[in-house]
Amino acid sequence: MIINSRFFNRSELIGFIALAAVLFVILPLSLDVFRLNLVAKYLTYAFVAIGLVLCWGYGGILSLGQGVFFGLGGYCMAMFLKLEASSVENTKIQSTPGIPDFMDWNQVTSLPLFWQPFHSLTFTIAAIILVPCLFALIIGTAMFKRRVGGTYFAIITQAVAAILTILIVGQQGYTGGINGMTDLRTLKGWDIRPDHAKIILYFVEVVLLFACIGIAQFIRLTKLGRILVAMREQEDRVRFSGYSVANFKIFAFCVAAIFAAIGGAMFALNVGFMSPSFVGIVPSIEMVIYTAVGGRMSIFGAVWGSILVNFAKTSLSESFPQLWLFGLGALFIAVVLAFPNGLSGIWADHVQPRVDRLIASIRAKKSGGWSGNSVADGAPAE
Amino acid sequence: MFGDYSIGDLGSIFVMQGFAGLILFSVYVLMALGLAIIFGQMGVINMAHGEFMILGAYVTWMTSNFFQAFLPSLFSGYFFLAMMLAFFVSGALGMLVEWVLIRHLYKRPLDTLLATWGLSLMLQQAYRSIFGAREVGVELPQWMLGSLKVTDSIEVPINGVFVMGLTVLITCAVAYVMFKSRWGRQVRAVVQNRIMAGAVGINTEKVDRYTYALGCGIAGVAGSAFTMIGSTGPTSGQLYIVDTFLVVVFGGAASLLGTIASAFSISQTQSTLEFFMSGSMAKVLTLLAVVGILMLRPQGLFTLKVRK
Repeated sequence: MIINSRFFNRSELIGFIALAAVLFVILPLSLDVFRLNLVAKYLTYAFVAIGLVLCWGYGGILSLGQGVFFGLGGYCMAMFLKLEASSVENTKIQSTPGIPDFMDWNQVTSLPLFWQPFHSLTFTIAAIILVPCLFALIIGTAMFKRRVGGTYFAIITQAVAAILTILIVGQQGYTGGINGMTDLRTLKGWDIRPDHAKIILYFVEVVLLFACIGIAQFIRLTKLGRILVAMREQEDRVRFSGYSVANFKIFAFCVAAIFAAIGGAMFALNVGFMSPSFVGIVPSIEMVIYTAVGGRMSIFGAVWGSILVNFAKTSLSESFPQLWLFGLGALFIAVVLAFPNGLSGIWADHVQPRVDRLIASIRAKKSGGWSGNSVADGAPAE
Repeated sequence: MFGDYSIGDLGSIFVMQGFAGLILFSVYVLMALGLAIIFGQMGVINMAHGEFMILGAYVTWMTSNFFQAFLPSLFSGYFFLAMMLAFFVSGALGMLVEWVLIRHLYKRPLDTLLATWGLSLMLQQAYRSIFGAREVGVELPQWMLGSLKVTDSIEVPINGVFVMGLTVLITCAVAYVMFKSRWGRQVRAVVQNRIMAGAVGINTEKVDRYTYALGCGIAGVAGSAFTMIGSTGPTSGQLYIVDTFLVVVFGGAASLLGTIASAFSISQTQSTLEFFMSGSMAKVLTLLAVVGILMLRPQGLFTLKVRK
């Protein structure tokens, strides 16, 4: 009973197949490259949302600083791409060739020490995972070992997001300032800008997304997932049962941070730039709302939430820029007040029972015999 | 760093920067007082607090325009009326919000954060639609312009002195209401034990509503005072909300005295550092110090001893 023998139960399997079909087949076939690239951008937030399902939905730790990890991952990737884009040939018009253009504009004459290792792709990939994880480990250890949680944790993470944004904007010569790192071109000589590269990057991202979904589902099904839920409901009882609550919380927070960082790195690759406007408080809270809209308890729901909210954002802010903030605000309030479990909650409460009834009535019909009274039930089968 | 200045100059610099810090301190205290009441006493995270403050600022701006157009003879005194109006308008909106939104969420404090964030987005857009996206500034009456010369090298602006006086007055009034009045006793009783407070006949729902309204009203007054020293735009409130939350948490959530002490230390640190380095680095260092101290002492500077 503690460990489910099946990786997905039936309804989860349907959700998995539906998501895989949409992301692998339907969207690439039906959208042009520009729109597909937009979907790729939305999906980078889905990584963050999956992390938040584990850490907030299951563990009960609301972090308002996921943008920090998204940004750290994104900046690590962007630093590598930027260094490759500013080779000596590409930047020979600068007063110091071979360094990124924003450094040249800000009178920095040599590459700073912390930029040096980002010449190596291996180091960069390691840094994308390890830097945010280490950061989360420090914050998590400092907070959870002292039993700080709930609202205090949310406020502190928010402050961390504010600090990092101010730092990035302020240190223009080292980070590109408010404009961020733009004009990213190639990955190991492979141009990331043309259409076919965008399609390949999209599929790489979807594969990574499904890997993260698999890891999250695995964590959810093992004893660890049960302990996370128990901790959210009755922290003291779990502590009295002999578990180290702090370590489990730190683990969930670190996993969420790594997922967010992978999302950030994919963002830099797919969108082609990285800026502090994806690091601060506002994007961090928006990432929480994607999770809340999709359903804070549902991994697939979080992915759908990220896609749908961002799709609504793009289409509404294109046509009615005034309405968008009203709509987003109303969405927040409606989700919190009326649908605390988001879209997946609506699905589980209203759609799933009907589907089950439908399947049951079809089965009853097929088994024959009492077809007389099942005509009425079977009618909506079409 | 100090080499280029004489001892006398340095003294003046510290006094002037200290005074700039005191003005920042006044804004922090006024904002944090309202937040400390709402967050500390009720446990509600009010992310829309900055927007309530900006509402007060806009009310002040409209009042000043009204006086300029119709009652120019009374213009020098418009500010006092504007402040009262700001208090009541923000308080009334707060009461409405509590009734529609907050009262359903007392059992889920983290969700109040999301809901009030949604509210703040809607309010921001409403301000943008009504008042325009540009920042507006209030014209100060004649007697508030200029500065007082304390010594040859030290000058303090009069509007700053006025805002500080106002802060002291409002803080005293809040302290009186919370600790001496019958209603304040009821609020504190509800905070300490909601069920027992209800059992002895306190209408806890009503107390909640008025507490929230009082917090929002004080935010409105803060916005009113804010117009004296800066201009107001639809998103100005958001700039202060994280700082203010840190002030409240750093001070110890349930302690008004702690809020004042932490507002003082944060604002003084920031404005003194600002003289020696860029504004953004000063802010980063200050916030880092606060977060660092909070990691070592999560309960904040002052704590209320309550049996859990």
